Amino acid sequence: MISLKINGEENKVDADPSTPLLWVLRDHLQMTGTKYGCGIAQCGACTVHLDGRAVRSCVTPVSNAIGKQITTIEGLAETALGKKVQAAWQEVDVPQCGYCQSGQIMAATALLKEHPHPSDAQITTAMDGVLCRCGTYNRIRAAIQTAAAQQGGAK
Amino acid sequence: MNHASVQNPARREFLKTSAAIMGGLVIGFYLPVKGGRAYAADAPPKMVYPPNAFIRIMPDDSITIVVNKSEMGQGVYTSLPMLIAEELEADWSRIRVESAPVAAVYNHTGFGMQMTGGSSSIPSSWEQLRRVGASARVLLIRAAAKQWGVPESECNAVNSEVMHKKSGKKTSYGKLAAAAATLPLPEQVELKLPKDFKILGKPMKRIDTPEKINGSAQFGLDVYVPGMLTVLIARSPVFGGQVKHFNATEALKVPGVQGVYQVPTGIAVAASGFWPAKTARDMLEIEWDEGPGAKISTQQMRKEYLDLAATPGAVARKEGDTDVGLKSAYKSVSAEYEIPYLAHAAMEPLNVVVDLKPDHCTIWTGTQAQTMDRAMAAQTALLNPDQVEIHTTFLGGGFGRRANPRSDFVIEAVQVAMAVGKPVKVVWTREDDMRGGNYRPMWSDRIEAGIFRNGKPLAWKHTIVGQSIVADTSFEGFLVRNGVDVTSVEGAATLPYLIPNLLVDLHSPKNAVPVQWWRSVGHSHTAFVVETMIDELAQLAGKDPVGYRLGILPLASRYRGVLQLAVNKAGWGTKKIAAGHALGVAVHESFNSYVAEVAEVSLENGKIRVHRVVAAVDCGMVINPDGVHQQIEGAIVYGLSAALHGAITLENGRVMQSNFHDYAPLRFSEMPQVEVHIVESDLPPSGIGEPGTPPIAPAVANAIFKLTGKRLRSMPFDQAALA
Repeated sequence: MISLKINGEENKVDADPSTPLLWVLRDHLQMTGTKYGCGIAQCGACTVHLDGRAVRSCVTPVSNAIGKQITTIEGLAETALGKKVQAAWQEVDVPQCGYCQSGQIMAATALLKEHPHPSDAQITTAMDGVLCRCGTYNRIRAAIQTAAAQQGGAK
Repeated sequence: MNHASVQNPARREFLKTSAAIMGGLVIGFYLPVKGGRAYAADAPPKMVYPPNAFIRIMPDDSITIVVNKSEMGQGVYTSLPMLIAEELEADWSRIRVESAPVAAVYNHTGFGMQMTGGSSSIPSSWEQLRRVGASARVLLIRAAAKQWGVPESECNAVNSEVMHKKSGKKTSYGKLAAAAATLPLPEQVELKLPKDFKILGKPMKRIDTPEKINGSAQFGLDVYVPGMLTVLIARSPVFGGQVKHFNATEALKVPGVQGVYQVPTGIAVAASGFWPAKTARDMLEIEWDEGPGAKISTQQMRKEYLDLAATPGAVARKEGDTDVGLKSAYKSVSAEYEIPYLAHAAMEPLNVVVDLKPDHCTIWTGTQAQTMDRAMAAQTALLNPDQVEIHTTFLGGGFGRRANPRSDFVIEAVQVAMAVGKPVKVVWTREDDMRGGNYRPMWSDRIEAGIFRNGKPLAWKHTIVGQSIVADTSFEGFLVRNGVDVTSVEGAATLPYLIPNLLVDLHSPKNAVPVQWWRSVGHSHTAFVVETMIDELAQLAGKDPVGYRLGILPLASRYRGVLQLAVNKAGWGTKKIAAGHALGVAVHESFNSYVAEVAEVSLENGKIRVHRVVAAVDCGMVINPDGVHQQIEGAIVYGLSAALHGAITLENGRVMQSNFHDYAPLRFSEMPQVEVHIVESDLPPSGIGEPGTPPIAPAVANAIFKLTGKRLRSMPFDQAALA
């Protein structure tokens, strides 16, 4: 049995330690907000936070997550920042098909945690690894800027 | 077009279904209409009446709209309810949405089957759903008038309430629904005039956004049913290949693996989850009988296609005499074009959940083609279609792939369920999805064109070579006419320019690579060919590309409006462009909508950089302007991905690409600014999901010519050649 702290709660799962965190979340815990897109860290749909940092859960063995704080899209609204980002996403009406948006929001939240007022270049760098086939990139940028503007504090 | 007081023609059938369901008002409506890319049957299929149809009004005043189109990002869960809510006079904030089950009542009004595609959801529902909403409104008003003993004409409906002005009485829809449901359906309804619209034409936020930003939206891959096994299939590395023999000894040792089965498409590994299934699949030893598909190579096909392009094909359009015209041309040009296979590569790989019982089959999947899939699933499982139930989840992108004319992914999943004997979720890995065929066809085109001394086109001879999407499918009878698959030549045979000698012909070679419609279908290649060649003719004539087009477009053409709007907004010829930048333009009609795009480009380290795209759209009356913006933004990204990066190639029958590292969609850092301008129109609405895609590749190619003097005639663009 592996113990995982996900969105503040302890979970026990019976999984091979080499299993990617993505499939533990989805298949073992049926936390399906985190998406499978490529399996090789090329698309970012599976992005979650480990101790606040964005990681690709499709290539992160679950053993690497033991003892760390795992945050998924389902738990994002528990933080003030996560709430702000989701509100900005709602305001800009970002999603189309929506499949990539969990990953986009997790990547954006990690960016805003590190850089509360990111430059355009910082936004581009942080978001370049998260693919969207529907073409929501400009709205994602606008939503990140909206969330940043609501952060307050020095630029 | 007059929208008021439309009579119901005799052919139209109303139906009203059980009002007892959930104590609410249930309105069903069936409207067989021909049109669109029609293969509508003259006789409507026998109706199967589901227990619910389009509207459910509950005692708590919530209103559920059952949407009969698949939500794949294009916004139908918002725009179709808008059509109903407008006429229903509904409180928009109380609208909920539900996905329709499979039933004839939910058939596409033009296609005669339940299906989402061809940018047709709004055009085909525009009359139908407004009438559904208006009928419900009439019944609710009637019920209130009856209750109050006042004339109906003195009552009106606003914001989910019926009021009687004289007495000041009012009551909510929720309280009236049960009584309204007992009344006969109105024979005729009056539809509102556009000037009275409160919802239509206003930018509305998407109804599905909240669940798509908190992880709760359910896609097919998110479906888990009790006792379900996850199945991955080892499919032939070559199209058409068959298993000769296999050894699953090692695979079966992987913890969590429940069984390995031979199915028609390969070897299926069933396990407790994705990871054990994948781990075990990697351990299978399979020998394949590869068959003739193993000989396919892109290199060889390109040669064969170009050879074919130099020979006459089946005639799609002919005017005048191109041979004579080309001989007498003042100047002429000829060019060959090469355009690759493309994968749809939706972000959600294909997947299907099947729970098969002896007398019933339940399927959960993100499909665009419910009726076909149900029929094929039933045939596969030896059931009747009404024993098959399909739950349409959200689609993590569709782009055409999830409307397979052979129902490939659904049939396969049913075959797996039959083999495994338990509920199964068949998951395609990204690699499976990328290598799974059903691509946008590969094309080669050849054009010879000549101009008069005054620069105008004199002759245009365009030969197209590529597989027919509909050949050997149930669509062939409707879409192949005189040997021409109309989807292969759309946008080429329909080019709008005034050219006295014109020939468009087609070769449709066959091979083992399955092909399918891909966002904008034939237009995805014809717009590139036609709009870059027109640019060449403008150059040959020494004319500005915009003025040249305007000079050869018919005077009443809707192309002109979008072209002029786009170039005005882009500052074509008036705004100073940054040093090292250039503008290019293209205009194209598809799905009865007109789109012009102006692209501003530069070269950065030898790579094409698209900075800004200004688009102008004429799609008739607009339902949700914000939805139009989203679709054009998305269509441009989809088209740019293909123009700059996309290619599926084969060697020895094997697809050379496998994932997003070698089949690269446009990334965040490559995204141009996009401006969308809408031409005001009172014409009925036309398509919007696809028409933004065709013009982007030629607009960029034409801008690159302006910048470098080099013509790009193949896709993806050969950026090395520009250095």
